[in-house]
Amino acid sequence: MSDSSFENLPKGWKSVPSDLGSDQTAFKGVQWGKAMMWIFLLSDTFIFSCFLISYMKGRASTVVDWPNTSEVFSLDFMGVPVPLLLIAIMTFVLITSSGTMALAVKYGYEKNKKMCGWFIFATAIGGLTFVGMQAYEWSKLIHEGVRPWSNPFGAGQFGSYFFMITGFHGTHVSIGVIFLFIFARKVFRGDFDTGRRGFFTTMKSDYVSIEILGLYWHFVDLVWVFIFAFFYLW
Amino acid sequence: MNEKTELDKDKQKSSTTHKIGIYLWIWGLLFVLSFFSYMVDWYQFQGLLRWSLILFFMFLKAGLIMAFFMHLFWERYALVNILLWPMTAIACFVGLMVAEGKYTVFTRLVYFVLGE
Repeated sequence: MSDSSFENLPKGWKSVPSDLGSDQTAFKGVQWGKAMMWIFLLSDTFIFSCFLISYMKGRASTVVDWPNTSEVFSLDFMGVPVPLLLIAIMTFVLITSSGTMALAVKYGYEKNKKMCGWFIFATAIGGLTFVGMQAYEWSKLIHEGVRPWSNPFGAGQFGSYFFMITGFHGTHVSIGVIFLFIFARKVFRGDFDTGRRGFFTTMKSDYVSIEILGLYWHFVDLVWVFIFAFFYLW
Repeated sequence: MNEKTELDKDKQKSSTTHKIGIYLWIWGLLFVLSFFSYMVDWYQFQGLLRWSLILFFMFLKAGLIMAFFMHLFWERYALVNILLWPMTAIACFVGLMVAEGKYTVFTRLVYFVLGE
């Protein structure tokens, strides 16, 4: 937006019809990759919403009691069961990785290669930790007899919603971790400083990619905020 | 007041760099809010208090992440509108399914429980 040609365009509400009815590009001054990532995230929002809404409907319409999540997801710490302990740690790990990602984006725009790379690497490690803890949680529940069709704690639908929702979220995290490692390598190699062309594209690398990657990662954190509230706490 | 004019200037700059302080503040706030939402379960609040607190912390966290970590606060307004208005469709869907869920549980109680 620092580009002088955008200065004269309408701002605020008036920018909405003016941008959408304009030539060539819809969102003035927004890099195309960033706009496309946002559109993808919007569609992903709808998918996750459908899962969570179907969970809401399933839970609201069952005549059997829903399992008490704070007991099902409790973890023994020194012999004392602490409710939702693992989930709380997972939440904090994911927020931490979101924070490091935000800093990586900031250092990326400042063209600080070293800091940007290390913060992306730290984000990837956070994501990996999260996936590891989720794998532990899944295996623990499976050992306790939770199945997609039945479980010993209450309503049978619990298992199918749990595995579907957390599994789909975990897949997103895993894909994010893979891309974080790839991008950490690209940053350290200096791709974004030299404008080296990417593997899948002939376009020159640019630090805006870090922000796009960041958008995806923050979205994963955002979805977890909703899953944590609706599935674990409610 | 001084802070506000700085914020306006920041907003015009759009998605270039921002001061590190804002990220650290949001980061800290997210930690505190997550801690509070965990406390909702820890103290076993029930009923209206429980779900209003859960929703309050959830929307606050989601808003902070979207506005600052995802830079929507500084983003072009046309893009912000394209992203946020579809959420009303989700809200409608939630409303429809709440009604549907109530109807389903009603019929189940009538035919499965009372019917036997």
